[in-house]
Amino acid sequence: MNVMNVMIMRTLSVKRLLVALVGTPLVALTLLAGSTGVGASEGGYRLDPAPIDRNDLVSLQSGARTFVNYCLNCHGAQFMRYNRLQDIGLSDAEIKDNLLFTADKVGETMKVAMSKEDGKAWFGVPPPDLTVIARARGADWLYTYLRTFYRDPKTASGWNNAVFPNVGMPHPLWTLQGERALKIETVKDASGHAHVEYDWSTLRKGSQSVVEYDRTVRDLVNFLVYLGEPAAESRKRIGVVVLFVLGILFVFAYLLKREFWKDVH
Amino acid sequence: MSTRLMALWAWFDARMPSVAQEYKKHLAEYYAPKNFNFWYYFGSLAMFVLVIQIVSGIWLTMSYKPDAALAFGSVEYIMRDVPGGWIIRYIHSTGASAFFLVVYLHMFRAMLYGSYKTPRELIWIFGVLIYFCLMGEAFFGYLLPWGQMSYWGAQVIVNLFGTVPFIGPDLAVWIRGDYVVSDATLNRFFALHVIALPLALLGLVVVHLLALHDVGSNNPDGVEIKKLKDANGKPLDGIAFHPYYTVKDIVGVVFFLLIFCTVLFFAPEMGGYFLEYNNFVPADSLVTPAHIAPVWYFTPYYSILRAVPPLFYSQFPGVLAMGLAVLVLFFLPWLDRSPVKSIRYRGPYYKIALGMFVVTFLVLGYLGTVPTNAWGQFGPWLGEAERATVVARIGTLLYFLFFILMPWYTARDSVKPVPERVT
Repeated sequence: MNVMNVMIMRTLSVKRLLVALVGTPLVALTLLAGSTGVGASEGGYRLDPAPIDRNDLVSLQSGARTFVNYCLNCHGAQFMRYNRLQDIGLSDAEIKDNLLFTADKVGETMKVAMSKEDGKAWFGVPPPDLTVIARARGADWLYTYLRTFYRDPKTASGWNNAVFPNVGMPHPLWTLQGERALKIETVKDASGHAHVEYDWSTLRKGSQSVVEYDRTVRDLVNFLVYLGEPAAESRKRIGVVVLFVLGILFVFAYLLKREFWKDVH
Repeated sequence: MSTRLMALWAWFDARMPSVAQEYKKHLAEYYAPKNFNFWYYFGSLAMFVLVIQIVSGIWLTMSYKPDAALAFGSVEYIMRDVPGGWIIRYIHSTGASAFFLVVYLHMFRAMLYGSYKTPRELIWIFGVLIYFCLMGEAFFGYLLPWGQMSYWGAQVIVNLFGTVPFIGPDLAVWIRGDYVVSDATLNRFFALHVIALPLALLGLVVVHLLALHDVGSNNPDGVEIKKLKDANGKPLDGIAFHPYYTVKDIVGVVFFLLIFCTVLFFAPEMGGYFLEYNNFVPADSLVTPAHIAPVWYFTPYYSILRAVPPLFYSQFPGVLAMGLAVLVLFFLPWLDRSPVKSIRYRGPYYKIALGMFVVTFLVLGYLGTVPTNAWGQFGPWLGEAERATVVARIGTLLYFLFFILMPWYTARDSVKPVPERVT
């Protein structure tokens, strides 16, 4: 670090400018990298930030339960093995007793019995595999999407979605959230700028309150994010150690260089 | 060293003296200028990243399956079931971006200090060929994960060849081995990515270095250190590459690894710039993504491609412009007419031109990552043209003007006196 700072400071102002020109986008890129997910939805609906915590094992286990009970009937997670769920604090016996509906052995992957052809016939498109869906869509998108289904008599399934208009999937968690209606209106404010307003109303209550349902979806999305990259947490843990070791190595490498360069004048 | 080891070495040296000779020629008695600065780290770093890519690539091929039905799953298998597989995969994916970053900075160094000028034209040409190989490696390698961006990116690039007049459609089929990107395409891209291009790349790196060691390294002052030598024939301003620059480059490598590992372990997707989100959706020949964007290192050229309007319903002019934007690099040594090498002794014309070129390259690079309607349109008073497209067109023009006008502005630029020895 030190050696580079000194070098950059020693250079002419023109070069400093050039360094800045190269450096700025790198910094910007790094900052951009901090935000995960794609941001906006196809429907233009504003995404809610998903309040997930990948170290919250209770939430991850609750999400796994929801996933197996509600998602795994149509969607697979064909690259994920059941026994990998030991990551989130479950034992093989617990996995076998509570989560193993579509497979016989804990070493199998989370496949689904429904065929692609049936899926296409029933929903218009075969339900996608969900193993890495969180990496493709982002947590915020999933969190908002699963909370914005509404009743729409114009679609084949009778359901529609604010984030994913004309989605093929009917609301999978409707018994929990209940049935809602949505009125989408384009209104003009006082200064004449048009914007879209979303007016939600409840048609029939579900078994969970709004707060409970938000928590259910939060846990499910938390699990989907884990499912997308099970190694993510150990990746960060290992990364801290690697950077620490490299930091020490850097000091020694620099001292070695300084020792050798003493005779260069 | 113990006498036994010495005896073993003497035995070896008597039978193969060229090892010691080459070691002296390229390391212990290769004299490099003593005034290398920050910009001179990127040559050795590029070689370091090449090694990283080859080694991590070998391990990836042990579990990867070049088969349209299995490729996507085998990558996830590497990420989940292969012990340490995710590290290897992220090393390789982060390494790809790191390679381009390092090579772009290495090339920029050459432009700062005139490293391509006489007598180093061949080094530059081999370097540009390495850059071409690297682009090929990146393009072929990007198809292998078989995600949506892999698939449609390859589709777009191969279709570019389809726009060549007369032979285009046949050429595209010949490249793909099929009428669409398919299993046949994946297999041949795999072969090219893991055998053909790495071989070419290694060969080119060897000639790049041989050519460099024949004429000697340039330096931030653009002074030829071989002109002034001491009684032993050693350049006055030269120091032995080993140990001086080996220990210095180790510092550079460790510093690079600190940044590399920060990305690898904490932001391997780099916000969608190193691993695109859409590539986590398996390739589907029936669903075209709304926005197809190449990875960041190709985006300046992608911007140029999109900026050039079609002619007679053919996209070929854009393809031609994109090709020329890369090919023009070959001519840099002859376009630059300045009597001095280093920017330190050049006048304002070149400094302004190079500064504008860097800004243009970055702006074009940014625009290549976003849809052409990203900045909206001009109002009715300026026509309905897309703002981003207009800016990309201006950028394309500036990109080419930097090269086309170079003979003119470098010849007329004022220069400062170049010192006899390095400062």
